[in-house]
Amino acid sequence: MSEVTLAEAVNMALHHEMARDDDVVVLGEDVGTNGGVFRTTAGLKERFGFKRVMDTPLAETLIAGTAVGMAVQGLRPVAEFQFMGFIYAGMEQMISHAARMRNRTRGRLTCPIVYRAPFGGGIHAPEHHSESTEALFAHIPGLRVVMPTSPRRAYGLLLAAIRDPDPVVFLEPKRIYRAVTQTVDDDGAALPLDTCFTLREGDDVTLISWGAAITETLQAAARLADQGLSCEVIDVATLSPMDRETLLCSVAKTGRAVIVHEACRHGGLGAEVAASLAEAALLDLQAPVVRVTGYDTIMPYYRNEQAYMPQVADIVEAVEQVVAL
Amino acid sequence: MKERYEFTVDGHTYLGADGVPVRDLPALADDTERVLAGYRNMVLARTFDAKAIALQRTGQCGTYPSVLGHEAIGSAVGQCMAADDVLVPYYRDHAAQFLRGVTMTEFLLYWGGDERGSNYRDCPEDLPVAVPVSTQCCHAVGVASAFRVRGERRAVLCSVGDGGTSKGDFLESVNVAGAWQLPVVFVVQNNQWAISTPARIQSGSRTLAQKGISGGLPSHRVDGQDYFAVSAVVAEALERARTGKGASVIEAVTYRYGDHTTADDATRYRSADELRRAWEQDGVKRLQTWLYRQGHWDEEREQAWLAKCKQQVDGAVSDYLATEPEPPTAMFDYLFETLPAELIPQYQRLQRKAEGGDR
Repeated sequence: MSEVTLAEAVNMALHHEMARDDDVVVLGEDVGTNGGVFRTTAGLKERFGFKRVMDTPLAETLIAGTAVGMAVQGLRPVAEFQFMGFIYAGMEQMISHAARMRNRTRGRLTCPIVYRAPFGGGIHAPEHHSESTEALFAHIPGLRVVMPTSPRRAYGLLLAAIRDPDPVVFLEPKRIYRAVTQTVDDDGAALPLDTCFTLREGDDVTLISWGAAITETLQAAARLADQGLSCEVIDVATLSPMDRETLLCSVAKTGRAVIVHEACRHGGLGAEVAASLAEAALLDLQAPVVRVTGYDTIMPYYRNEQAYMPQVADIVEAVEQVVAL
Repeated sequence: MKERYEFTVDGHTYLGADGVPVRDLPALADDTERVLAGYRNMVLARTFDAKAIALQRTGQCGTYPSVLGHEAIGSAVGQCMAADDVLVPYYRDHAAQFLRGVTMTEFLLYWGGDERGSNYRDCPEDLPVAVPVSTQCCHAVGVASAFRVRGERRAVLCSVGDGGTSKGDFLESVNVAGAWQLPVVFVVQNNQWAISTPARIQSGSRTLAQKGISGGLPSHRVDGQDYFAVSAVVAEALERARTGKGASVIEAVTYRYGDHTTADDATRYRSADELRRAWEQDGVKRLQTWLYRQGHWDEEREQAWLAKCKQQVDGAVSDYLATEPEPPTAMFDYLFETLPAELIPQYQRLQRKAEGGDR
């Protein structure tokens, strides 16, 4: 048992699965000798060799597509995109092949692939390194979209993603790669890929969030507790398929919901959550569902990135707004 | 002093357009049974093609891409591959796929709108036809990488059209195949037309084969209507791949005699005169002429084989037409290995509608 960061927990999970299952291979840009630009694949090549830990040419379409070819042969590729901003060239392969292969061959060929990518703002990164475009993937049938927000969940969810028989887009919030440490037991225990995590229980308002915004959401809940407001905080974690049941149960209890995500608002997954609550929990709701999100703008360069991202005060204000009704 | 780097593309032709050898034929030409089997498969593919188009024209099959002009390449490829090699086809590989074990019924099911058409019973590791052009090239290097990881002496054969060589998928795959010395053979079936775009404005490359040189791969250009040339060059490339010597690119130059698909009308963009001249190169006729002259085949056997092809195709059509559609709920059955709980209400709703006859 050791104290590790989220990035180190990813590394632990990769080591664990590669040791446990010879079919697991890792590929991506700079994942081998360099150990990944965020060090998440450090040590893998030394331990498992260059045949299983592949430094690819700088070609994202290839990374996404070659993983499909490996997977239909029974390997379990874990393909890393260096940043989510570079994943788009691989999307045709993910959408038109990885997500569909089982369906289009009626189960003859399958794609047990994990596509990993660090995403989100807040680390003063260059242009194209800070966006949150999870909704693009969650819209695609046949893809699972998973997002850990703590070292323990990173470890358990990544194990589950690698073991899953279908493709998983595993999005790592890089702002909290090293924000906190947690003791993580390297026991090989996977977490479920179809459940939300309730991080804080409460009775007055349900705060629904995912990704690095969980940090501000929890801080807001703590501040609101000082004001006598009891917030339930749910980390959705598995964005697709989404565990609506947990969300509905919570809202049935609290009667109020605020959704917090870093991605822009229009067509974001907050809209999906809000629509689900409207469809299935309207009579439980005592106030309109409110979203706290990034703006519908291009993610600003880093001098202004904090202005884009939801802040604790924004969340507190939204909660005060819904409890006032 | 100026440095120079030179690269070559070798061209290969054995059988002239008139069916007369232009040089000594490769050794495989002495294997009469093999050549006859290759020829018969070309005729079968052509018979199937005519029938599939007729089915589409009469509303019994969906949009379908013709194989006319690709029969020699397909037969040669299908025969050169070992059973445990993997074919990563594009959508004019009927002749190769028949030899691999894809049934004509499966073919018709696929183009007739039924996913079961890609559930190949007899070649379970081959990939299904890739519709997004060139994307299959990345799968091919992935399959080849899996062979490399496991130390298996197997090869992958990947087909792509002339238009497909313009895409990054092809170029990225050629690049990695060289960098990783992968056991893969790319066969570029240059039929001169990407729907309405002729090869001359598809690329400034003098040959498409030379794109293989960018990845450091041995690159060849063969007459794609010459069964012997395609067979000889593909066989050698596959053997190189299987023995750890790496990948190759083979451009097989042919002509798309048909429309792009049944949804296209090529008379809008190419002349009858060009088409007539292209037919003078026909690879099926070419091999037939050679076989007749050698005394391996004659008009009587030709007619008997055509009758047999018709019988086989008609049998496949009957099986296809008699195949009931899957229940609509099948759209959920292969989405994930296990249907997520979240989707069960949608599944049940569709099931209720289907049972109520409200489809």
